[in-house]
Amino acid sequence: MPNIKDSIHITSLSKQFKGETLPALQDVTAVIKAGTITGLVGPDGAGKTTLLRLMAGLLLPTQGKISVLGFDTVKEPENLHDVIGYMPQKFGLYEDLTVIENLNFYAALHNLSEEEKPKVFEKMFHFTALRPFTERLAGNLSGGMKQKLGLACSLLGRPKVLLLDEPSVGVDPISRRELWEMVQELVQQGICVVWSTAYLDEADQCGEVLLLNKGKLLFYGPPKELTKRVRARVFEMDILFKKRRLILKEFLKRPDIIDGVIQGNKLRFVCSPSFHIEEKEAKWQAVAPRFEDAFIDILGGSHNGESALAENMPFKHIKGGNHPILAENLTKMFGTFTAAKDISFEIKQGEIFGLLGPNGAGKSTIFKMLCGILQPTAGRALVSGYNLKTAPSRARSRIGYMAQKFSLYGDLSVQENLDFFSGIYGLVGQRRLKEVQQMISIFDLSSYLRSNAGLLPLGYKQRLALACSLMHEPDVLFLDEPTSGVDPLVRREFWNHINGMVEKGVTIMVTTHFMEEAEYCDRIALIYGGVNIATGTPMELKDKVKTKKRPNPSLEEAFIALIERIDRKKAS
Amino acid sequence: MTHFSFRRFFAYLKKEEKQILRDPSTFLIAFVLPLMMLFIFGYGVSLDADKVPLGLLLEDTSPTARSLENAFLGTNYFKVKTSYNRAELEEDLTGGRLRGVVIVPQDFSIKVLEGTVAPLQVLLDGSEPNTARFALNYTEGVVNNWGIQQKIEGKTSVILPLQMEPRVWFNDSLKSRYVLLPGSIAVIMTLIGTLLTALVVAREWERGTMEALMATPIRISEMLLAKLVPYFLLGLSAMILCVFLCVVLFGVPFRGSYLILLVATSIFLLAALGVGLLVSSTTRNQFVASQIAIIIGFIPAFMLSGFVFEISSMPEIIQAMTYVFPPRYFVTILQSSFLSGTTWALVMPSLLIMLLIALFFLGISVLNMRKRLD
Repeated sequence: MPNIKDSIHITSLSKQFKGETLPALQDVTAVIKAGTITGLVGPDGAGKTTLLRLMAGLLLPTQGKISVLGFDTVKEPENLHDVIGYMPQKFGLYEDLTVIENLNFYAALHNLSEEEKPKVFEKMFHFTALRPFTERLAGNLSGGMKQKLGLACSLLGRPKVLLLDEPSVGVDPISRRELWEMVQELVQQGICVVWSTAYLDEADQCGEVLLLNKGKLLFYGPPKELTKRVRARVFEMDILFKKRRLILKEFLKRPDIIDGVIQGNKLRFVCSPSFHIEEKEAKWQAVAPRFEDAFIDILGGSHNGESALAENMPFKHIKGGNHPILAENLTKMFGTFTAAKDISFEIKQGEIFGLLGPNGAGKSTIFKMLCGILQPTAGRALVSGYNLKTAPSRARSRIGYMAQKFSLYGDLSVQENLDFFSGIYGLVGQRRLKEVQQMISIFDLSSYLRSNAGLLPLGYKQRLALACSLMHEPDVLFLDEPTSGVDPLVRREFWNHINGMVEKGVTIMVTTHFMEEAEYCDRIALIYGGVNIATGTPMELKDKVKTKKRPNPSLEEAFIALIERIDRKKAS
Repeated sequence: MTHFSFRRFFAYLKKEEKQILRDPSTFLIAFVLPLMMLFIFGYGVSLDADKVPLGLLLEDTSPTARSLENAFLGTNYFKVKTSYNRAELEEDLTGGRLRGVVIVPQDFSIKVLEGTVAPLQVLLDGSEPNTARFALNYTEGVVNNWGIQQKIEGKTSVILPLQMEPRVWFNDSLKSRYVLLPGSIAVIMTLIGTLLTALVVAREWERGTMEALMATPIRISEMLLAKLVPYFLLGLSAMILCVFLCVVLFGVPFRGSYLILLVATSIFLLAALGVGLLVSSTTRNQFVASQIAIIIGFIPAFMLSGFVFEISSMPEIIQAMTYVFPPRYFVTILQSSFLSGTTWALVMPSLLIMLLIALFFLGISVLNMRKRLD
């Protein structure tokens, strides 16, 4: 048992919010050690944020107690707040203050003495590489920089305990990696770090993991312990790239396959213990399990590969040739700043096309020009053959759009949301009734019809948002970070529908920071500094950065390497 | 460990100051809105009617009738259109070009000279009741004055044809803006104290900075005080601006004591700030906070303070309600400061009640604010 003075002890902790039927946390007992990163993982609504807030003394436990370095979170909040650093989900930055003003403010709040300040600030600037931006307003920083500044602010009191609530949501892979390295350095100085995350590849790298589901602690220990449960049950197989979605669908129907995902030109499966390789499946290769495999396994597996949505969808025949989306030399200037420069590509029918890039690279600008929200400065964009500039309403009627955070009306019921969106997409009469009814039955929304959309479980929100963007049967579906902050189960269900629709001829355009999501794409355009720096299938991008030292790069490694290559070119 | 840290307090204060200076909406609410209100009440809204277009139908053209016409022409209250054609004036009245028509009948001068009752018919456009009432009152006044004039000149001992009423509206110096402008200061103070504070605290909740703050060593007392001080000062400076404009630009007399006004404003601001803090810490949402601040702050300051609508003419239950809201007391002090002068003895009860209300709301918001989210 670690010393109570340098660790967090959680004892039979329960939290019940007023007006909720189920407890947010139920009988959680764990010890969080110093000197390692402890990952707090679990599906959305599992209780991760609640647990962090309880540790920060911001909520009162209903039962049980937490001692942080020996301080009781209820009885000694003042001692507690002297030793912790806490970064909430929204970072806690003042957007109308500059970087240095934020730092000065939090330095004073954390009682950092004036003598020590220059030294600590020096270290923070070194750490965050924010020195060139000290006079910039925090609100004008990119997502990654905000994250680093938020972390720096929470570190100014030189805390012995660092609590980070989903620090990497919505942040590009490069910033994520840098953030991770920053925290790793702190851990080596012997502090206690709790890092909550929906990215399970991060959980893999943690020293210890607390896995929560529906308020209960499912697992607590080193991640390797959890992955043991799926040992020798994880396989990859090479397949024909073009057929990957259909093959995946077939395999997922088998009862002895628990989970399956597309990874470029490979399929990855988690199988049940009863599974054994038959002869025709000899090309299956056993691979090392990941935390995510075990995560899906412990939660009882994912879906069965069927998409009622796709089943009910007629095959699309598209006018305007074979290119539902055509971008020709798109350029967008904001004043003298070039947000997107000379972007050209064509997307074929039934293709999933991904836009990847760091925060602030220009992805959203390109995306908005293609769905007609932004007017390009030069070049043109065509959807189903209609020019967005000359025939905007025709073009837009062929587009379905699912915005980040779903853009549903939280105060309207599910039925009202469906009625509203079918109405604004111009559906009337029998067709409208039919479409709404069909969406209700496909997405199994009937039990929630009268619930307010804002109160739905996240998975249902996602379904409803998808339903709302699909009722007018668009040729092209635009997805803007569709599963950011969503847990792997919900994400799989979502992509299951997308895969099904693609087979029926719908074309998908997606932006994402999830490399796993990017693996589902047929082609990817990597945007950096407003320029398209690489286009290709996931394998082609990986091949571009293949070296002897790195014979088998991941998509994330490819992403980072390609961008660093541009940076080096610029530097020289 | 629990001592008050001036360093943290000043850091918070400095942050708040920067935010105030950078946020155009703060400036808007604290200075532009008050200016707009002063101008609206100073120039736009007037409960007096000037230059009411009035028709004068002369069916009698004798010198007596002519002198009555001159009396109408000589006043600033009317823009008189004289005519001998009834149809023309009636048409103007229906068309809204005239607000009223005074008809001088054929036998007017005969009856005046005889000393019998001389009836004057007054037609009024009832679609704007206020103006109609003014027009009637003014007409009475003009006729009245004319009658007295006639009597002084010994031309008649006529019994005036129209019933007299007290002539509030004719008191030349008591312009309605003299009452409205001081009263509007109460509304402006409520805006700054309640609305602005409610917004800025709710904003910290909304943007997640409050959550981050709560996990730092800052004390609630430091945070509350650092929130109160800048908006208190902002309120006082807006008040000084308002008083200055009232006196210098609008020529409202100031007959009271500046010290009493300062003390009263300070206490009133505390009450308004207390309400603002309470609203924002319970709603934690800028939109809801602003709606509630308007309902429980702005509207009572406007409707229940006696600033526009006289409290004594409200239904009793509403009258009782006005006692709960501090603007009622503040408006009384403001109006007497400007118009009739104040003494400590006179304002002390009002000050004490406002202080009690202030302490009540501040107390609740202090108790309500914890370094916790639930």
